[in-house]
Amino acid sequence: MSGTELLIEYLTRYFPILLFIVIALAFGVVTLVISYLVQPKYPEAEKLSAYECGSEPFSDARMPFPVRYYIFAMLFVIFDIEVIFLYPWAVTFYKIGFVGLVEMLIFIALFLVAYVYAWKKGALEWD
Amino acid sequence: MTEVGIKLVFSLTQIAVVLGIVLLTVMILTLAERKVLGWMQDRMGPMEVGPYGVLQPIADGLKLFFKEDIVPAGANKFLFSLAPILALVPALIGFAVIPFGPNKTIELFGYQFQPFVISDINIGILYILAFTSIGAYGIILGGWASNSKYSLLGGLRSAAQVISYELNVGLAIVGVLLLAGSLSLVKITEAQAGGFWHWYVFAFPFPQIFAFVVYVISSVAETNRLPFDLPEAESELVAGFFTEYSGMRFAFFFLAEYANMILVSCIAAALFLGGWNAPYPGTLLPESLAWVEGVMWFTVKVYFFLFLFFWLRATLPRLRYDQLMRFGWKVMLPIALGNILVTSIAAYLFPR
Repeated sequence: MSGTELLIEYLTRYFPILLFIVIALAFGVVTLVISYLVQPKYPEAEKLSAYECGSEPFSDARMPFPVRYYIFAMLFVIFDIEVIFLYPWAVTFYKIGFVGLVEMLIFIALFLVAYVYAWKKGALEWD
Repeated sequence: MTEVGIKLVFSLTQIAVVLGIVLLTVMILTLAERKVLGWMQDRMGPMEVGPYGVLQPIADGLKLFFKEDIVPAGANKFLFSLAPILALVPALIGFAVIPFGPNKTIELFGYQFQPFVISDINIGILYILAFTSIGAYGIILGGWASNSKYSLLGGLRSAAQVISYELNVGLAIVGVLLLAGSLSLVKITEAQAGGFWHWYVFAFPFPQIFAFVVYVISSVAETNRLPFDLPEAESELVAGFFTEYSGMRFAFFFLAEYANMILVSCIAAALFLGGWNAPYPGTLLPESLAWVEGVMWFTVKVYFFLFLFFWLRATLPRLRYDQLMRFGWKVMLPIALGNILVTSIAAYLFPR
């Protein structure tokens, strides 16, 4: 296939997806807008205060939170990128043969080194 | 121009039908969940609205639609409104690449169409994984924007949980991709034709049964369902990230959760249980009606997973958060990784 044909092929395949995204967004926005137009609106101070089991909220909710969450987010970013690297290899597995297998075994070994390091350092603990 | 016009109309019809079916299934699920839970606990479930309570979802939907939408004082208004949409849209658009029935083409006005999949792109599963990740933003933004401590904690917990288990989902499906040699859900399903022993959960050279178990557990955790529903643990966090939400915005989070359940069930059926393929070779119905059988088998498999969600909810108590994280990172991840190693070596030794 020539470049232009390939481009048209891709556009016809991906256009329905773009259409779906636009329609799903429109569904969300339109439903919210219509609901906003028909609903009652009686705001008052008590009703609008943040829920805290009946007592007055005594500080802003946006306070510091444990760094644990951040460490897991970082681990996720690192490992998820490595997982994404496995996808092209998995799809072409039968074409690249022995060399591909060995290369990916080395890659997974490196993945394991990072994983064991994180485990030993206690980054996977939650306490 | 007529070609573009006909294709556009066809795509729009397909999208409308798929969206309609998904929303209808969500309605059925909200009722089915309460009924199944009720029966498992020796209760009747909803009985008041309509015969045997079948109109309950409509009553619930109407109620939420006409309820006041409260934006709490101190909330970030823009993000507070954006979050439900950001949670709902990724859950819906994943269905664009799901094959609901046999991969056949029909000819309409001289053009070729695939009736049972909106778009068969060759990166299907990657597209779904990429977009479902965006759903986590909706949850954490909703939790943060509410300016409530419960919401914030629920949002943070949810984000950490969703990304941890997403990693395991990503790893678990590598084995299937390797055996199928494609990222397109249509091609993966087609590769499993010819009886249940060709389904990847049982397939030669290495059954993906471990990957299947990891996938199912991780997807339960990823959709924040019991026993992994810590982001909205009622006894600790009131309702988690949607504590401050009411009316239609609350309904959107609810819808997103159920749409996500359907989506992961569809993926599990397509990747591991042969999608539209029957458990026996060939079809029972004549060639021209074979698609009915295909759609039926796909529906049966998806509903099996959906029932599993309810079953788990009725059976298992909620985990503690440290147990959840330990289970995800120290049990699920090594199993998924080991599965990739064994599958790749087995696939090399016994090439297809």
